[in-house]
Amino acid sequence: MWAFIHKLGSPKWFYAISARLQPWFWVAAAVLILVGSAWGLAFAPADYQQGNSFRIIYVHVPAAFLAQSIFVSMAVAGFIFMVWKIKIADMAAAMMAPLGAAMTFVALFSGAVWGVPTWGTWWMWDARLTSMLILLFLYFGVIALRGAFSSRDSASRAASVLAMVGVINIPIIKYSVDWWYTLHQPATFSVTSRPAMPMEMWAPLLIMVLGFYCFFIALTLMRTRSEILRRESSKRWVRELAGEVS
Amino acid sequence: MAFDSLSGFLAMGGHGVYVWAAWGVTALLLLGVVLHAHAERRALLRHLRRRVRREQHHGASGGATTPVSHQEGHARES
Amino acid sequence: MPHFDSRLAQEQGDMPLFREPEGGAGVAVRATLKRDLVLLMRRRSEVLNPLVFFALVITLFPIGISPDPELLAIIAPGLLWVAALLAALLSLDSLFRSDFDDGSLEQLLLAPQPLPALALAKVAVHWLLTGLPLALMAPLLGIMLSLPAGSYAVLALSLALGSASLSLIGAIGAALTVGLSRGGVLLSLLVLPLYIPVLIFGAGAVQAAILGDGVSAHLAILGALLAVALSLAPWAIAASLRISING
Repeated sequence: MWAFIHKLGSPKWFYAISARLQPWFWVAAAVLILVGSAWGLAFAPADYQQGNSFRIIYVHVPAAFLAQSIFVSMAVAGFIFMVWKIKIADMAAAMMAPLGAAMTFVALFSGAVWGVPTWGTWWMWDARLTSMLILLFLYFGVIALRGAFSSRDSASRAASVLAMVGVINIPIIKYSVDWWYTLHQPATFSVTSRPAMPMEMWAPLLIMVLGFYCFFIALTLMRTRSEILRRESSKRWVRELAGEVS
Repeated sequence: MAFDSLSGFLAMGGHGVYVWAAWGVTALLLLGVVLHAHAERRALLRHLRRRVRREQHHGASGGATTPVSHQEGHARES
Repeated sequence: MPHFDSRLAQEQGDMPLFREPEGGAGVAVRATLKRDLVLLMRRRSEVLNPLVFFALVITLFPIGISPDPELLAIIAPGLLWVAALLAALLSLDSLFRSDFDDGSLEQLLLAPQPLPALALAKVAVHWLLTGLPLALMAPLLGIMLSLPAGSYAVLALSLALGSASLSLIGAIGAALTVGLSRGGVLLSLLVLPLYIPVLIFGAGAVQAAILGDGVSAHLAILGALLAVALSLAPWAIAASLRISING
């Protein structure tokens, strides 16, 4: 087991293994997202309260899930990097951050657009939207901190520490924002907390969530491979590889 | 099928603008992210290949090799 | 690490406050506390500036919004808390800056005593000279914002408790950015999102006091946040300082 992890930690091994894994995740992501989209957009029944505007849930919720999961993965990768000095973990963390910020933006945008038919306004200080906005700032912080250092090693370690500090704070922020929201706006209808969703409604949602996760894994594998080429470009095996491809 | 016709599908019961805006932005973003990753990889490989070729030209054993400069401008090696 | 000890003793031979580098952690913490207090008392403007900033920001709001006492009374708890939070944020940049510039931060890292304890001592001084004065000054500004009676003590208490958490969390950001030349704006970007829970419960405590609800729950949560920050932040600060110095 440990030998396997250490091999995986070597860029060369990771490069080889990820090349074989990557296509499967791309295929899975494409199939799941296409099936989920078709099902969610055209076949799932309209909501009895919100009509067809509820179909935004099929992009809003997966994006929100991913936004949070990516931050957690980034912190886990940062922890692995800080404790075991596995460089691959930091490369993956560096590549995850922009996707996480993009997913947070998608969740915010779809939430705001969803707000127009449900609340009659583009923005409400709804608990979910507010904590998503804070998450976006946390992402900006990690990305900006990584960019601010002139030495790559310092940048990696600083971003890892910040990601870990952030991940400890995310649940605290989430609960305090929920509490704050119930205090100030007790009567508003929350878009995604619903009593029970019939199977025809949540099945496509589940498929979309899985598809988004596969997309995240596939893209992270791909961009980590690029990052390996970038950071290890003076290594012999990378040059041989470049020679082969040409 | 929740809709009778294509126009009904596009109209989304009057909420078409919102549904399609949210879905469209999501689709565009996912697509853009994939395209960016592809372009990034192609550019890196091209850069590497050019360097390998240049070094072979100059007698390969050139001493200090600097890594490929980062595209987005962060993580400069010092 | 005897190697470090001898070098340290040699280098710091002429610094009276660091005369006992081999001493226990308690000695070092006390020395750091004393040194930082003395240094900050000498540069009085650094202590006064956040307070002046606090008063100035509070002055801006009646001018920008309306002098109507009823309106001001409604928004006063939030205004006071946000302004105090910004004032505390403003003072963070100087927390490690001068020590970084004159090299004494490097000496702190080389000390044989645990760095988290020393960092905690520095943060304690920061709170004592910014958080606490801000908390004591807030009731005065509360009068100017016609804050309803009965909430003044809670305002001061919640700010005193909350600003300790703010100092601890902010010190992580200050430690991460101390080596950067343009760290100021970045520091606020890193730290402000992490301040939100403290702001929610701090301002919430004052609101609750105005409405006549019990405030013990809010203060208890502020205390819990402080306990979490107190148990985790020193290690994060120490790790960040090592990154900033050695990186």
